[in-house]
Amino acid sequence: MTPSSVARILRKLPRENAFYFFTSIGNYTGENAASLEEFVDKVREGNIKSLEFHLYRGDFEKWVAEVLEDGELAEEIENLKNLKPVGDALRSQLYLVVSKRFEKLKSEFRG
Amino acid sequence: MKLKKQTISLDSLDWNILQALQGNAKQTYTEIGLRFGVAHSTVYDRIRRMEENGVIKKYTAVVDLEKIGVKYITAIMTVFTDPKESENVAKKLSEAKEVVEVSTSLSEELLIIAKVVAKDQDALHSFIAQKVAPLPGVLRIRTSIITRKYKQEELLIEKK
Repeated sequence: MTPSSVARILRKLPRENAFYFFTSIGNYTGENAASLEEFVDKVREGNIKSLEFHLYRGDFEKWVAEVLEDGELAEEIENLKNLKPVGDALRSQLYLVVSKRFEKLKSEFRG
Repeated sequence: MKLKKQTISLDSLDWNILQALQGNAKQTYTEIGLRFGVAHSTVYDRIRRMEENGVIKKYTAVVDLEKIGVKYITAIMTVFTDPKESENVAKKLSEAKEVVEVSTSLSEELLIIAKVVAKDQDALHSFIAQKVAPLPGVLRIRTSIITRKYKQEELLIEKK
Protein backbone atom coordinates (compact mmCIF):
# COMPACT_ATOMS: atom_id res chain seq x y z
CA MET A 1 0.00 0.00 0.00
CA THR A 2 1.41 3.41 -0.95
CA PRO A 3 1.98 6.08 1.74
CA SER A 4 -0.59 8.32 0.06
CA SER A 5 -3.32 5.65 0.15
CA VAL A 6 -2.55 4.99 3.84
CA ALA A 7 -2.78 8.71 4.54
CA ARG A 8 -6.05 8.86 2.66
CA ILE A 9 -7.60 6.09 4.77
CA LEU A 10 -6.44 7.80 7.97
CA ARG A 11 -7.61 11.27 6.98
CA LYS A 12 -10.13 13.38 8.89
CA LEU A 13 -13.41 13.58 6.98
CA PRO A 14 -15.80 16.51 6.58
CA ARG A 15 -18.91 16.13 8.76
CA GLU A 16 -21.16 15.22 5.82
CA ASN A 17 -19.00 12.14 5.19
CA ALA A 18 -18.75 11.02 8.81
CA PHE A 19 -20.40 7.81 9.99
CA TYR A 20 -23.56 8.52 12.00
CA PHE A 21 -24.63 5.86 14.50
CA PHE A 22 -28.31 4.90 14.62
CA THR A 23 -30.07 2.24 16.70
CA SER A 24 -32.86 1.68 14.15
CA ILE A 25 -34.36 3.39 11.09
CA GLY A 26 -34.18 7.15 11.71
CA ASN A 27 -33.07 6.92 15.35
CA TYR A 28 -29.75 8.74 15.62
CA THR A 29 -27.77 8.22 18.85
CA GLY A 30 -25.85 11.49 18.58
CA GLU A 31 -22.56 9.64 18.06
CA ASN A 32 -20.53 9.93 14.89
CA ALA A 33 -17.06 9.15 13.60
CA ALA A 34 -15.18 11.37 11.17
CA SER A 35 -12.05 9.22 10.81
CA LEU A 36 -10.95 5.62 11.22
CA GLU A 37 -9.45 6.51 14.58
CA GLU A 38 -12.78 7.92 15.82
CA PHE A 39 -14.58 4.90 14.37
CA VAL A 40 -12.39 2.57 16.45
CA ASP A 41 -13.26 4.58 19.60
CA LYS A 42 -16.98 4.49 18.86
CA VAL A 43 -16.93 0.75 18.28
CA ARG A 44 -15.23 0.32 21.65
CA GLU A 45 -17.64 2.58 23.56
CA GLY A 46 -20.80 2.76 21.46
CA ASN A 47 -24.28 1.33 21.84
CA ILE A 48 -24.35 -2.43 21.04
CA LYS A 49 -27.82 -2.13 19.50
CA SER A 50 -26.39 0.43 17.11
CA LEU A 51 -23.44 -1.82 16.20
CA GLU A 52 -25.85 -4.69 15.44
CA PHE A 53 -28.13 -2.42 13.40
CA HIS A 54 -25.32 -1.16 11.17
CA LEU A 55 -23.34 -4.40 10.85
CA TYR A 56 -26.31 -6.38 9.55
CA ARG A 57 -27.46 -3.61 7.20
CA GLY A 58 -23.97 -3.58 5.70
CA ASP A 59 -23.50 0.09 6.60
CA PHE A 60 -20.03 -0.33 8.14
CA GLU A 61 -18.46 -2.13 5.20
CA LYS A 62 -20.11 0.28 2.76
CA TRP A 63 -18.77 3.37 4.58
CA VAL A 64 -15.31 1.86 5.02
CA ALA A 65 -15.12 0.90 1.33
CA GLU A 66 -16.73 3.95 -0.23
CA VAL A 67 -15.80 6.79 2.11
CA LEU A 68 -12.59 5.72 3.86
CA GLU A 69 -11.63 3.81 0.71
CA ASP A 70 -10.20 0.85 2.61
CA GLY A 71 -11.30 -2.22 0.66
CA GLU A 72 -9.31 -4.60 2.85
CA LEU A 73 -10.99 -3.52 6.07
CA ALA A 74 -14.40 -3.56 4.36
CA GLU A 75 -13.82 -7.19 3.40
CA GLU A 76 -12.81 -8.10 6.95
CA ILE A 77 -15.98 -6.50 8.31
CA GLU A 78 -18.06 -8.38 5.76
CA ASN A 79 -16.41 -11.64 6.82
CA LEU A 80 -17.21 -10.85 10.43
CA LYS A 81 -20.85 -10.19 9.54
CA ASN A 82 -21.07 -13.65 7.99
CA LEU A 83 -20.14 -15.15 11.38
CA LYS A 84 -23.32 -13.51 12.76
CA PRO A 85 -21.99 -12.35 16.13
CA VAL A 86 -24.34 -10.43 18.47
CA GLY A 87 -24.07 -8.40 21.66
CA ASP A 88 -20.72 -8.16 23.44
CA ALA A 89 -19.16 -10.74 21.12
CA LEU A 90 -19.99 -8.52 18.16
CA ARG A 91 -18.44 -5.50 19.83
CA SER A 92 -15.23 -7.28 20.85
CA GLN A 93 -14.76 -8.96 17.46
CA LEU A 94 -15.51 -5.81 15.51
CA TYR A 95 -13.22 -3.80 17.78
CA LEU A 96 -10.45 -6.33 17.25
CA VAL A 97 -10.80 -6.09 13.46
CA VAL A 98 -10.92 -2.29 13.22
CA SER A 99 -8.34 -1.52 15.93
CA LYS A 100 -5.85 -4.00 14.45
CA ARG A 101 -6.28 -2.43 11.04
CA PHE A 102 -5.95 1.07 12.45
CA GLU A 103 -2.73 0.22 14.33
CA LYS A 104 -1.27 -1.40 11.22
CA LEU A 105 -2.03 1.61 9.04
CA LYS A 106 -0.75 4.01 11.70
CA SER A 107 2.58 2.18 11.91
CA GLU A 108 2.86 2.11 8.10
CA PHE A 109 2.13 5.82 8.01
CA ARG A 110 4.86 6.56 10.55
CA GLY A 111 7.23 4.43 8.48
CA MET B 1 -62.44 43.89 7.32
CA LYS B 2 -59.89 45.67 9.54
CA LEU B 3 -56.18 45.09 9.77
CA LYS B 4 -54.89 44.97 13.36
CA LYS B 5 -51.14 44.42 13.20
CA GLN B 6 -50.88 40.74 12.22
CA THR B 7 -54.47 39.80 12.98
CA ILE B 8 -57.24 40.48 10.50
CA SER B 9 -60.73 40.86 11.86
CA LEU B 10 -63.53 39.32 9.84
CA ASP B 11 -67.26 39.93 9.94
CA SER B 12 -69.83 37.14 10.08
CA LEU B 13 -70.17 36.96 6.28
CA ASP B 14 -66.39 36.45 5.91
CA TRP B 15 -66.51 33.66 8.47
CA ASN B 16 -69.43 32.03 6.68
CA ILE B 17 -67.62 32.20 3.34
CA LEU B 18 -64.44 30.69 4.82
CA GLN B 19 -66.41 27.89 6.41
CA ALA B 20 -68.16 27.18 3.11
CA LEU B 21 -64.87 27.14 1.20
CA GLN B 22 -63.23 24.82 3.71
CA GLY B 23 -66.06 22.38 3.09
CA ASN B 24 -65.83 22.70 -0.70
CA ALA B 25 -63.50 25.17 -2.39
CA LYS B 26 -65.01 24.45 -5.82
CA GLN B 27 -68.34 26.09 -5.01
CA THR B 28 -69.21 29.03 -7.24
CA TYR B 29 -69.64 32.57 -5.93
CA THR B 30 -73.33 32.27 -6.86
CA GLU B 31 -73.79 29.09 -4.82
CA ILE B 32 -72.15 30.66 -1.78
CA GLY B 33 -74.11 33.90 -2.26
CA LEU B 34 -77.42 32.04 -2.45
CA ARG B 35 -76.59 30.18 0.75
CA PHE B 36 -75.96 33.35 2.72
CA GLY B 37 -78.41 35.65 0.95
CA VAL B 38 -75.89 37.98 -0.71
CA ALA B 39 -74.96 38.76 -4.32
CA HIS B 40 -72.24 36.73 -6.06
CA SER B 41 -70.29 39.97 -6.56
CA THR B 42 -70.19 40.46 -2.79
CA VAL B 43 -68.85 36.92 -2.34
CA TYR B 44 -66.25 37.57 -5.07
CA ASP B 45 -65.17 40.79 -3.40
CA ARG B 46 -64.87 39.18 0.07
CA ILE B 47 -62.90 36.22 -1.25
CA ARG B 48 -60.57 38.40 -3.30
CA ARG B 49 -59.78 40.54 -0.24
CA MET B 50 -59.16 37.46 1.91
CA GLU B 51 -56.82 36.12 -0.78
CA GLU B 52 -54.97 39.42 -1.05
CA ASN B 53 -54.32 39.75 2.65
CA GLY B 54 -53.31 36.11 3.05
CA VAL B 55 -56.28 34.84 5.07
CA ILE B 56 -56.86 32.36 2.26
CA LYS B 57 -53.42 30.96 1.57
CA LYS B 58 -54.16 28.64 -1.34
CA TYR B 59 -56.61 26.24 -2.93
CA THR B 60 -55.41 22.70 -3.28
CA ALA B 61 -56.52 19.18 -4.21
CA VAL B 62 -56.28 16.44 -1.58
CA VAL B 63 -55.07 13.45 -3.58
CA ASP B 64 -55.40 9.85 -2.43
CA LEU B 65 -51.91 8.71 -3.48
CA GLU B 66 -52.61 5.05 -2.76
CA LYS B 67 -55.42 5.05 -5.30
CA ILE B 68 -53.04 6.11 -8.03
CA GLY B 69 -50.40 3.60 -7.01
CA VAL B 70 -47.94 5.97 -5.34
CA LYS B 71 -46.32 4.07 -2.48
CA TYR B 72 -44.74 6.04 0.31
CA ILE B 73 -44.19 6.05 4.04
CA THR B 74 -44.65 8.90 6.47
CA ALA B 75 -42.62 9.38 9.63
CA ILE B 76 -42.63 11.82 12.49
CA MET B 77 -39.06 12.86 13.22
CA THR B 78 -38.13 14.54 16.50
CA VAL B 79 -34.80 16.32 16.28
CA PHE B 80 -33.08 17.31 19.55
CA THR B 81 -30.89 20.32 18.87
CA ASP B 82 -28.40 22.68 20.39
CA PRO B 83 -30.60 25.75 21.09
CA LYS B 84 -28.11 28.02 19.30
CA GLU B 85 -28.52 26.05 16.07
CA SER B 86 -32.19 25.11 16.17
CA GLU B 87 -33.33 27.97 13.91
CA ASN B 88 -30.82 26.94 11.23
CA VAL B 89 -31.75 23.27 11.56
CA ALA B 90 -35.45 24.11 11.19
CA LYS B 91 -34.70 26.22 8.11
CA LYS B 92 -32.59 23.50 6.50
CA LEU B 93 -35.29 20.90 7.15
CA SER B 94 -37.91 23.21 5.65
CA GLU B 95 -35.89 23.35 2.42
CA ALA B 96 -35.84 19.55 1.97
CA LYS B 97 -38.44 18.12 -0.41
CA GLU B 98 -38.79 15.03 1.80
CA VAL B 99 -39.99 17.18 4.71
CA VAL B 100 -43.62 18.28 4.47
CA GLU B 101 -44.09 19.93 7.87
CA VAL B 102 -41.70 21.50 10.39
CA SER B 103 -42.54 22.80 13.87
CA THR B 104 -40.64 23.55 17.06
CA SER B 105 -41.57 22.64 20.60
CA LEU B 106 -40.08 23.55 23.94
CA SER B 107 -40.74 20.91 26.55
CA GLU B 108 -37.78 19.84 28.65
CA GLU B 109 -35.54 20.39 25.66
CA LEU B 110 -35.84 22.33 22.45
CA LEU B 111 -37.21 20.01 19.81
CA ILE B 112 -37.90 20.24 16.14
CA ILE B 113 -40.75 18.03 15.01
CA ALA B 114 -40.92 17.28 11.32
CA LYS B 115 -43.12 15.13 9.14
CA VAL B 116 -41.04 13.26 6.57
CA VAL B 117 -42.24 11.39 3.50
CA ALA B 118 -40.13 8.82 1.63
CA LYS B 119 -40.70 5.99 -0.83
CA ASP B 120 -39.58 3.31 1.65
CA GLN B 121 -37.68 2.73 4.91
CA ASP B 122 -34.30 2.70 3.19
CA ALA B 123 -34.94 6.05 1.54
CA LEU B 124 -36.19 7.46 4.85
CA HIS B 125 -33.08 6.27 6.67
CA SER B 126 -30.72 7.54 3.97
CA PHE B 127 -32.33 10.96 4.08
CA ILE B 128 -32.05 11.20 7.88
CA ALA B 129 -28.52 9.76 8.00
CA GLN B 130 -27.12 11.81 5.12
CA LYS B 131 -29.06 15.06 5.29
CA VAL B 132 -30.35 15.54 8.84
CA ALA B 133 -27.85 13.95 11.26
CA PRO B 134 -24.88 15.88 9.74
CA LEU B 135 -26.52 19.29 10.24
CA PRO B 136 -24.57 21.37 12.78
CA GLY B 137 -26.38 21.41 16.13
CA VAL B 138 -28.26 18.12 15.74
CA LEU B 139 -27.78 16.21 19.01
CA ARG B 140 -29.94 13.14 18.39
CA ILE B 141 -33.01 12.07 16.47
CA ARG B 142 -36.04 9.94 17.27
CA THR B 143 -38.21 8.77 14.41
CA SER B 144 -41.58 7.02 14.40
CA ILE B 145 -42.91 5.57 11.19
CA ILE B 146 -46.66 5.96 10.86
CA THR B 147 -48.33 2.60 10.30
CA ARG B 148 -51.99 3.59 10.18
CA LYS B 149 -53.69 6.95 9.86
CA TYR B 150 -57.12 7.35 11.48
CA LYS B 151 -57.77 10.98 10.67
CA GLN B 152 -56.17 13.79 8.72
CA GLU B 153 -58.02 17.09 8.43
CA GLU B 154 -57.23 20.76 8.55
CA LEU B 155 -58.78 22.60 11.51
CA LEU B 156 -62.26 23.59 10.39
CA ILE B 157 -63.15 27.07 11.52
CA GLU B 158 -66.27 27.62 13.53
CA LYS B 159 -68.52 30.52 12.83
CA LYS B 160 -67.96 33.34 15.35
